[in-house]
Amino acid sequence: MSIKIDGLTHTYNPGSPFETHALKNVTMEIESGEFIGLIGHTGSGKSTLIQHLNGLLKATSGSIWINSVEITKPGVKLKDIRKKVGLVFQYPEYQLFEETIEKDIAFGPTNLGLKEEEVRQRVKEAMEMVKLPYDELKDRSPFDLSGGQRRRVAIAGVLAMQPDILILDEPTASLDPRGRDEILEQIKLLHQQKKMTVILVSHSMEDIGRLVNRIIVMHQGTIAFSGTPREIFSQAEELESIGLGVPQISHLMKAMNRNGCQLPEDVFTVEEAKTIIMDYLRGKHHA
Amino acid sequence: MLKDITIGQHYPTGSVVHRLDPRTKIIGTFVFMAGLFMVKNFEAYFVVVTLLIVTIKASKVPFRYVLKGLKPLMVLIMVTFLINLFMTRGDVFFALGPVTMTWEGLRQGIFMALRLMFLIVGTSMLTLTTSPITLTDGIEQLLNPLKKIHVPAHELAMMMTIALRFIPTLLEETDKIMKAQMARGADFESGNLINRAQSLVPLLVPLFISSFRRADDLAMAMEARCYRGGENRTRMKALQWHRMDVVVLLLVLGYLGIMIWMRVR
Repeated sequence: MSIKIDGLTHTYNPGSPFETHALKNVTMEIESGEFIGLIGHTGSGKSTLIQHLNGLLKATSGSIWINSVEITKPGVKLKDIRKKVGLVFQYPEYQLFEETIEKDIAFGPTNLGLKEEEVRQRVKEAMEMVKLPYDELKDRSPFDLSGGQRRRVAIAGVLAMQPDILILDEPTASLDPRGRDEILEQIKLLHQQKKMTVILVSHSMEDIGRLVNRIIVMHQGTIAFSGTPREIFSQAEELESIGLGVPQISHLMKAMNRNGCQLPEDVFTVEEAKTIIMDYLRGKHHA
Repeated sequence: MLKDITIGQHYPTGSVVHRLDPRTKIIGTFVFMAGLFMVKNFEAYFVVVTLLIVTIKASKVPFRYVLKGLKPLMVLIMVTFLINLFMTRGDVFFALGPVTMTWEGLRQGIFMALRLMFLIVGTSMLTLTTSPITLTDGIEQLLNPLKKIHVPAHELAMMMTIALRFIPTLLEETDKIMKAQMARGADFESGNLINRAQSLVPLLVPLFISSFRRADDLAMAMEARCYRGGENRTRMKALQWHRMDVVVLLLVLGYLGIMIWMRVR
């Protein structure tokens, strides 16, 4: 499933004193099977952009193609698009409403008009994907669960629709480190095993640098940079000038170089840095 | 779609009417209503209309904007008119089977419809020219004497302030949950009445839950800052009577006098 966006512009409250241009002439392409990290400051247009991808917001101008279907044309069946493009909002646990976890996850697939047996099968699979034991939890109330588990129920609710493109808006916001790592790990597996195209919106450079193939940086409604994590994080000054930063570990490498080490600076995962620093120290020791 | 709803809409222009003490405006509105209900004939409506036009002019709120407030209540006004038209006995000028229209009914219908419209326009002038916070301040001050008989004036005003403050928050929340459910294939727009009512469950349940959570958090935050009700609380902007308030109150009393005189004469 590929996505093509051409000249997308979105204006909130046009013609009123509250007029704001959230997106300005955004053009980009996302290939099938890519894992995209979408970063940008609050108000840079990330959320507005992703809400266009399944037709929740209508473009002021410009067009979007999902797998060669132009979804910005009038008369397009939005239900078909929402079946293909799954969108997990920020704090998705606040959308839970059913008495049992099974029923809540079944809400999406039931809306697609699937048969009961198929729905149950999908709920089971979706719960497995997010590591929630089906038999143990299916009849429990979602409100009995912990925050992290509730979020996983909500994510399962979108996965059960079996989308080809999965978009997650800050799925790890306000989770503890363990909950965060678990959710990110599961998203990574979904991308690898189910060959889903994933768009991950996040503030955390560390998470994004570790997971994605390509980073898209948004700034004031436009795309500021696009490239592999390595390419993006090599432009530390530019990133900082628009209020973003590079992973802390990259800062460490730079600081070490300032103090006389000769280390590569395009490092953005702790594991990679560890190997490099260990090698460097060993080399120094032997010399 | 939800952003179009304006409850207790305030239209700031900074006019004389806007600057009046909220207590003056509240008392004025009540006196206006009392006068309106004393009206027995069309002549007295001239006084009412004059007063309304003067108020609207002085407030600098566009006429069209004021009249827009009548729109949502048009059905109620029409029903009132029709019931009076068909149900009043008197000289029949039109009959179709059991359905009859009378001259008295027509007169009564127009009379009642006008009364409703004046009532709506008059009271909406209060909310159009007074910000919600000032309004609740005024209500609290006016209810103050009732504290002697244990009416919780401060608490009532605080509840109103909080309710008003959370309207935009709740609208935003509704919009967000609606979108989240639409992303899961929910449909809020098509189907018959029963289907539509059912489709609201996925919206209302999360909304209620988050409202309770918010209320809980707010109560906790207020207690953490030692909120203990109205006892010994002072305010940053104390309400003060000005000369203009006295003038307006005298005018309003004059209006009441005229209305009483027109009724008993």
